[in-house]
Amino acid sequence: MEYDYAEIGLKAGIEIHQQLDTAEKLFCRCPTALRDTAEHTDEFSRYLRATESELGEIDRAAQEEMRLVRRFRYYTYDTVCLVEHDEEPPAPLNPEALSVCLTIAKMLAMTPIEQVHTMRKLVIDGSNTSGFQRTALVALNGTLPGDCRVETICLEEEAAQRVEDETFSLDRLGIPLVEITTAPCMHTPGDVQAVARQIGMVLRSTGKVKRGLGTIRQDVNVSIRDGARVEIKGVQELDLIAEVVRREVQRQVGLLGIRDELRARGASVDPAVTDVTDLFAETQSAILKKAKNILAVCLPGFAGLIGREIQPGRRLGSEMADYAKKCGVGGIFHTDELPAYGVTAEEVARLREHLGIGEQDAVVLVAASRQRAGCAAEQVIIRATMALDGVPEETRRMLEGGSTAYMRPLPGAARMYPETDVFPVSIGAGLWESIETPELLTDRAERFHRDLGLDEALARQMAFSERLLLFERAVAEGVRPVLAARTLLGTIRELARDGVGVAAVTDDEVIGLLQAVEAGSAAKEAIPDVLIELARTAGERARQTPEERVAAAIEAVAPAISAADLEAVVRNVVEEREEFVRERGMGALGPLMGVVMKEVRGSVDGKLVAQALKRELERRAS
Amino acid sequence: MTEALESGDRVRCTHGGVSMTGTYITDRDGMAVVKLDTGYNIGVSPGAVHLLERPAPQPAATPVVVQNPELPELAIISTGGTIASRVDYRTGAVTSQFSASDILRAIPELGDIARYRSRQLASILSENMRPSIWQELARSIHAEIESGASGVIVTHGTDTMAYSAAAVSFMVKSPVPIVFVGSQRSADRPSSDNAMNALCSAAVATGDLGEVAVVMHDTTSDDRCAVHRATKVRKMHTSRRDAFASIGMPPIGYVDYPSLEVSLSGEAVRRGTHDLELADDLEERCGLLHFVPGMPPEILDTFEGYAGLVLSGTGLGHVRTEWIPRLSELIAGGTTVVMTSQCLHGRVCDRVYDTGRDLLGIGVIEGEDMLPEAALVKLMWVLAREDDPGTVRALMQENLRGEIRRGSR
Repeated sequence: MEYDYAEIGLKAGIEIHQQLDTAEKLFCRCPTALRDTAEHTDEFSRYLRATESELGEIDRAAQEEMRLVRRFRYYTYDTVCLVEHDEEPPAPLNPEALSVCLTIAKMLAMTPIEQVHTMRKLVIDGSNTSGFQRTALVALNGTLPGDCRVETICLEEEAAQRVEDETFSLDRLGIPLVEITTAPCMHTPGDVQAVARQIGMVLRSTGKVKRGLGTIRQDVNVSIRDGARVEIKGVQELDLIAEVVRREVQRQVGLLGIRDELRARGASVDPAVTDVTDLFAETQSAILKKAKNILAVCLPGFAGLIGREIQPGRRLGSEMADYAKKCGVGGIFHTDELPAYGVTAEEVARLREHLGIGEQDAVVLVAASRQRAGCAAEQVIIRATMALDGVPEETRRMLEGGSTAYMRPLPGAARMYPETDVFPVSIGAGLWESIETPELLTDRAERFHRDLGLDEALARQMAFSERLLLFERAVAEGVRPVLAARTLLGTIRELARDGVGVAAVTDDEVIGLLQAVEAGSAAKEAIPDVLIELARTAGERARQTPEERVAAAIEAVAPAISAADLEAVVRNVVEEREEFVRERGMGALGPLMGVVMKEVRGSVDGKLVAQALKRELERRAS
Repeated sequence: MTEALESGDRVRCTHGGVSMTGTYITDRDGMAVVKLDTGYNIGVSPGAVHLLERPAPQPAATPVVVQNPELPELAIISTGGTIASRVDYRTGAVTSQFSASDILRAIPELGDIARYRSRQLASILSENMRPSIWQELARSIHAEIESGASGVIVTHGTDTMAYSAAAVSFMVKSPVPIVFVGSQRSADRPSSDNAMNALCSAAVATGDLGEVAVVMHDTTSDDRCAVHRATKVRKMHTSRRDAFASIGMPPIGYVDYPSLEVSLSGEAVRRGTHDLELADDLEERCGLLHFVPGMPPEILDTFEGYAGLVLSGTGLGHVRTEWIPRLSELIAGGTTVVMTSQCLHGRVCDRVYDTGRDLLGIGVIEGEDMLPEAALVKLMWVLAREDDPGTVRALMQENLRGEIRRGSR
């Protein structure tokens, strides 16, 4: 269902996190290479604990993460050093990364900070070995099309990749990342997606950002009137952004509806927790049977509302379960969904009777060890109390499809602490002026269409392609733009899809091959076969130049054929099919083309073959 | 404008066409550092910062530390170092600042192991340590044990912790554990090794040990601490958690984490073996010289008038032949010269090569398998008590505190 977004007062902003394609990481000299986790050379384990900020406060999000004492495991690699291990102080801020960040800032017409200070942003979910993410505010106040604005751009280090549960992989930790934060200046789900697309285009225009799934992540901030600011982390697919916003609006509207109804009913939250373990001594429910303790929380007036859907697949009960899970329990039971899961109607009736509650009231059960169940019941009470107020401010994570689940409270300023091991960096006028801004990809696409004769779709595809630089080089070196674009976007991609290792073919070889085609020493039709041959022999005869390797590959798949040889082949083919040629006359040209091309194995350009065939047919006809 | 500002002031700053509020932090390289309300610090021109208000100073919350009277009492003596440090706004760097009670507040689990009384002896970076503070430390430790502490924990910067620990092990004979502990990663970070090291040290200090030890991470993981003999331990890495290593012998024990189960080797001296004894004199006119190829004999002039000199020689214990005459003069002038090896592992033997024999000939004492640093503090301690060269030689070659082992590894 689509809302009247102006009516409900939707305000949205985004944060875009983009990995930079620099040679080295942000605070060490390691390469920014991602590894296969199977290649890890060692592993180690650590605990993290919340620390106070320099103002003497502990961040609420960090405190929440501390609820469980967790042991984190880290995979390490031969491309990782002691800095990622948190066993060595950081190196100075990577100047290449700063330069890319400033380039982006300049493209967005931002103002750089005079003296950039690296901060530690407390993150103790294990994704940083240090327990914080290093981040620096680099520039302020940029422009976007429409009346939207970029508030800040920060240069940050990427966190470690979660392998599973509490195991992380250190290859990604420390890759430079820019974080671009917009003002809450978007008012429809479509706006949000459009702004994300625009910023993504600007980022890619630098040619210095990483490509592929996971290299760019969007966080979306959403609020509606009377709702609350909710930050949804880690939306990876651009096409899902609008849906995520739509569903968050739906959730906030739903929660406000529940609030109103709770208030109308005079609902409340009973702060007392009752131990009901004995009531379920004979239960057939597998989960309750194996639990040491079963605790009940009474929610007078909540009946029917805990089970009400607020997002596809999500209910108020799911929100309570998210909070409870912070204590290490698997989930909760609530009376809106019982009897079910092996809990019988009799058991529910006995529970209600034991607690002395009526039809309008709901009960939430948590089952675990005494400590975990107690903690979970406490969390259920906290979340239920919030339901009386409407929408809590939260950080949430995206689930498949675009619904979301609770992650932690919104972090405050108390999670920022100066990174004392990194000196501040001054951005003087000289440095700022020396930053050159690249052509926007959209402008480039237009230029390819206008000046190079590519059709609009191909021009755009080429401009946004990872092979853009190779394309520009090919054109500069005399290859026709259409041939270059079709080879790079079509042929190579198709071969890769068919499992040919074209990635091993070097840029120089691709250019050499295209030039050979332009010079007439190979036929356009032979390009796929020559590429396959180059891929097959990649790494062999390392001492050959690219030109020599290309020539050898052409020779192997399509030996050179002289004009006289071609004439002979054509004459043979025609003679062998004399009857057919007599019947069809010049109409035989089309069908015979394929036969001749096969004979010469693509060594001769189709145009030359057609000419030779035409001459031979005309000769015979005359 | 900035001259008028104080740390903690609420300010407004204007930059890049935006006006932002924040907290003034400090002046750095001529820039005003402001913590924005988002938590980010930025440096801006002082002229762009304007005072909004000066909040009344908030009285610091005084945490109530509830101690369990059933538990044994430990003394924590803090000397500084990264087990207790926080950021300094003057320099922006990490300095040691916390008192021992702050440590308790930061690591509440310590309260499950023991009761504590704390004493702040110094608050210095360990490179600023000196023999007179070692002596004060020895006297403090002695006083704490005398007044009933069932163990002593000394928090110390890691750079020179091995020197201090070795010095204390000569000056204080103790029936109870004396445990030195520090951290390699600053206490202001969630990943600091301070908490685990402190908890392991408390476990050792309440345990069955009866000698001076250093307790620090055994591996890069938070899984185990090693208990090192004070005279056989050395910092072997600039930054790793497991920087400390026992040299020439295995650690005398381990502490598993988080179970805090202590296991001591057969060699570890047990609680109650020795009576409490303080011998805190040190001869400070002692030096340690690391020989390098080509180092001129004149360098030895520096040690003219010194009571003792430990040489960290090459291999089995050598310095260049040209040093022999000058060394001979030093010894004749009353300086005790002890040879150790920069190999660290293994024993000095000056009887194999000519230079070694010459060194023995002029009266250089073979330092057995002592670490150079341990030999230095031992020499300070021995020379403060004995002047007879024969007795000095005998003591330097006798195992007093586990610094010399009968067999090498």
